[in-house]
Amino acid sequence: MSRYRMHLLVCGGTGCKASQSDKIIENLNELVIKNGLDKEVQVVATGCFGFCEKGPIVKVLPDNVFYIEVKPEDAEELVNEHVIKGRVVERLLYIEPTLKEKIEQHKEMPFYKKQIRIALRNCGFINPEDINEYISVDGYQALGKVLTEMTPQQVIELMKKSGLRGRGGGGFPTGLKWEFARKYESDIKYIICNADEGDPGAFMDRSVLEGDPHSVLEAMAIAGYAIGASKGYVYIRAEYPLAIERLELAIKQARETGLLGNNIFGTEFSFDVDVKYGAGAFVCGEETSLINSIEGNRGEPNNKPPFPAEKGLWAKPTSVNNVETFANIPPIILKGAEWFSSIGTENSKGTKVFALAGKINNVGLVEVPMGTTLREIIFDIGGGIKDGKEFKAVQTGGPSGGCIPKQYLDTPIDYDNLSKIGSMMGSGGMIVLDESDCMVNVAKFYLEFTVDESCGKCTPCRVGNKRLYEILTKIVEGKGTEQDLKDLRELGEIIKDTALCGLGQTSPNPILSTLNYFWDEYEAHVKDKKCPSGVCTALLKYIIIPEKCVGCTLCARVCPVNCISGQVKKVHEIDQNICIKCGACQKACKFNAIERK
Amino acid sequence: MGQIKSLDELKALRDKIKDNIDIREAGEQDTNIRVLVGMATCGIAAGARETLNALFEEAKKQGVNNLTIIHSGCMGACHSEPTVEVRVPGEEPILYGNVTPDKAKEIIDKHIKNGELVQNLIIGKPFETV
Repeated sequence: MSRYRMHLLVCGGTGCKASQSDKIIENLNELVIKNGLDKEVQVVATGCFGFCEKGPIVKVLPDNVFYIEVKPEDAEELVNEHVIKGRVVERLLYIEPTLKEKIEQHKEMPFYKKQIRIALRNCGFINPEDINEYISVDGYQALGKVLTEMTPQQVIELMKKSGLRGRGGGGFPTGLKWEFARKYESDIKYIICNADEGDPGAFMDRSVLEGDPHSVLEAMAIAGYAIGASKGYVYIRAEYPLAIERLELAIKQARETGLLGNNIFGTEFSFDVDVKYGAGAFVCGEETSLINSIEGNRGEPNNKPPFPAEKGLWAKPTSVNNVETFANIPPIILKGAEWFSSIGTENSKGTKVFALAGKINNVGLVEVPMGTTLREIIFDIGGGIKDGKEFKAVQTGGPSGGCIPKQYLDTPIDYDNLSKIGSMMGSGGMIVLDESDCMVNVAKFYLEFTVDESCGKCTPCRVGNKRLYEILTKIVEGKGTEQDLKDLRELGEIIKDTALCGLGQTSPNPILSTLNYFWDEYEAHVKDKKCPSGVCTALLKYIIIPEKCVGCTLCARVCPVNCISGQVKKVHEIDQNICIKCGACQKACKFNAIERK
Repeated sequence: MGQIKSLDELKALRDKIKDNIDIREAGEQDTNIRVLVGMATCGIAAGARETLNALFEEAKKQGVNNLTIIHSGCMGACHSEPTVEVRVPGEEPILYGNVTPDKAKEIIDKHIKNGELVQNLIIGKPFETV
């Protein structure tokens, strides 16, 4: 590998690619060559930097200058000013919103200050399409160490001691999972990497696979050695084309260099990985459904026990671990269990990646130590709520999680604390809701998702969730009764207790948590037939304020259902029985004479 | 691409190709000595790019790792280009002038490695920044 004095790191993650980062890379490369700098300056397409809100990102090293919202046509100024003359292009720097100061180095930015990157350590730093770059940052050293210096039992002990818990949702201790899979005697065992990331708004697994695929492959081989498996599968959503492309390239490179395949590092240990595509069913993130899907069967869960550790893929002992879990493993092997367990809280060690989305200023991917509070994540790192609005709740854990209200903002986040307040870690999606969101409607949105995604195998989930959804629909349409609220809670509890798999057992969480924390909103919908946030259209009315109406007839002309009547220069009126509440009249009125309430 | 047959081979490969990533890592190290080469029009015309590359190659040749070499804009000393500023953490920055590629080597030998100033090249302390 050649040596370059200056490195232009350009984000090549899905988000920045969508904003033409490919073209930025192409332009930079062209200009670097044109100026005869191609032996001195390297343009690198990296994985995600996490600061997706302000992408595409270009970072210049070793100068350590962080540029945001770069456009393809900015390449010329970047090369002419920064690369050739050493002058920072100020207009592309991040401006700290509260102090209005321009910030040159990423570590001075509030977004990065509180982050510790373990799983995302190489994302935004190396070229994921070049195995040599991964090797340069000590890649595959952990696998080498494990194979030549440790017994499988020692690896399992180390993982147990580190306190690493599954990052996909359940939070089961990884070392323990491996120990169970090791315990069962079998000629063949399997390692599965669960990359069926299905929570709306979560994209950490995709980013890891796009930005650092080798770390996952390395960890899968380590897991294989620990449990005695020689074959691994990555089960990944087919909707992640870039992640698949980079993963497959990484597998090819690892095979070519002998880091996957037979007799790795000259030892007896052999391991190979194949990729299986998922069709995007949410339930296939559940391990037994996932295994059924790999086998070519319908993606439906099985009863547990037997757990996959005993009878998994093709009825052989199998360990299913999540992408982010795997990404944590090589550093734990190299730096030790004590290092890892020194980060985090008592029962939740290390860091967690969260995908910030919704009404938050800095949408993106952040990795923070366990025990960081919601307030720190949302307000310090996330930059607070969009458009200066008021925070209402944060939905964590996707459709299986709950909504956490304001009074718990200072709760340190870990697996146990989140369950205590009626939500869950899940895969780490964090959707921020503000004052203009209706919590009943939010609960309905998640139920709609679970009803769609229920596989239909067990009755509580198939029928129960559908009934919950119907009750919620009744409520938002203004037809709800107080009995409905009681039914919601009772049915929700029953589904939780009786559903077959994790999907059904957690699907009522969005309802139960909102019933607990936002009871007043449910009451307003049921008793007063009002939606306090003004979201549920059936409970809204458009009314013409007589004092303000000048009788211009504009509203009557734009109304698609002709429900506005009135003569020229006379006050108009809306027929509430016909009105479909589209809001066209309010938009058209030049005198602010139409009110929505 | 050759097959890697042992952990030693992997380590050897890493050591061989690691420099390039080191340069990226160096940028994020606050403890490194920072060497700034003036690369405005005046500097470039006087051969600052050759000086920059000479510094860079010499540092590698001598195995000096605690160094971050970057370029900066005009430092105002256009009469003595190419200029090189050496910032050792915790010390006053020193500005050298008329640094030709062979003198760049001298700066590495003396100042960077031994903390000894190259007296005949010093044109002063850089301006105060506020």
